[in-house]
Amino acid sequence: MDRPALGALFLHFLVLAFLAIGGAPTILPGLHRYVVETHQWLTSPQFADVYALAQVAPGPNAMYIPLIGWLVAGWAGAAVALLALLGPAATLTILVGRLTARHPHAPLGRAIRRGLTPLTIGLMLASGWVLARTVNHAGGGYLLTLGTVVLVLRTRWHPLWLIAAGALAGLAGLV
Amino acid sequence: MALPWLSRTAPTAHGPHVSALTLFLTFSRITLSGFGGMPFWTRRALVERQRWLTEREFVELMALGQLLPGPGTLNLAVMVGQRFAGWVGAMAAVVGLLGWPALLVCALGMLYQRYGALPVIHHALVGMSAVGAGLLLASGVRMARVLPRQWRPWLLAGLAFAGVGLLRWPLIGVMGALAPFAIAAAWKETH
Repeated sequence: MDRPALGALFLHFLVLAFLAIGGAPTILPGLHRYVVETHQWLTSPQFADVYALAQVAPGPNAMYIPLIGWLVAGWAGAAVALLALLGPAATLTILVGRLTARHPHAPLGRAIRRGLTPLTIGLMLASGWVLARTVNHAGGGYLLTLGTVVLVLRTRWHPLWLIAAGALAGLAGLV
Repeated sequence: MALPWLSRTAPTAHGPHVSALTLFLTFSRITLSGFGGMPFWTRRALVERQRWLTEREFVELMALGQLLPGPGTLNLAVMVGQRFAGWVGAMAAVVGLLGWPALLVCALGMLYQRYGALPVIHHALVGMSAVGAGLLLASGVRMARVLPRQWRPWLLAGLAFAGVGLLRWPLIGVMGALAPFAIAAAWKETH
């Protein structure tokens, strides 16, 4: 495992963060590619573990990104990942927030919003798919993933209960 | 320039005056209670508890925050902080929102490095991740319900999924190829 250069790590996370339209989960495939496939800083099972850890901690689910930074390069890695996550979001949000406050119905803004919606949806599904492929090696895991989809769409159960059920299923060796 | 104790009771054009410290504390509270889905807790704090935003303002800011890159709640915190207390307010809100979870996940990371190799921990995490994948897929399916019944948006969603999910092409290439086309198509449609 080579030690990452912090500058390169920051730049790569920054580029990904600019693409995180629709929330931080949409860049999961990009991060997996960079951290697991290209550089092998984490194994695929570790990557999936990290996502699960961040999910059960309070706070935005995006915190899996600094956690990956932490595991890859310690405190500096976490700080770099956090800054990269924050920078584009805060800058663009302030700019766009001002623009839309001035022109709430600008046609270009509407075209961007309408145009990007399908891409966001496609990326969200891709993230779920990549995570499922990363973590599931047997039928039981896919069944658990599929069952979650059905339960979320059909019931109003809180996601935390489902995650707890997943932990139990894992402990019981069903996955 | 209004005196500070007067501006508390006399709302400005942007709404009530809120101190940076209050913003920090409010977003700290939101993030620390934010298990499994931030929007629920954010709405509760900003609309119901503090009444800084009306229901409509909240929905609009949330939609805008979702569309911009990065976590939607983070973008919302930036906008709310800036609106009520300028740059300092935006920073206070962001530090409140991300500071605590950042410390927490680093602590979790340390524990994971020590005990992550234990089979018990790993098995539990695998089950949780399998559920996490289902949560992401369900969000995608839910969001897809808003798409109009035309071929183009569905094709674009399908191409984004296939490129990034099935073929594992780099995100930047797929977005770079699809986004200009998607925006141009939406623009043409409205004109």
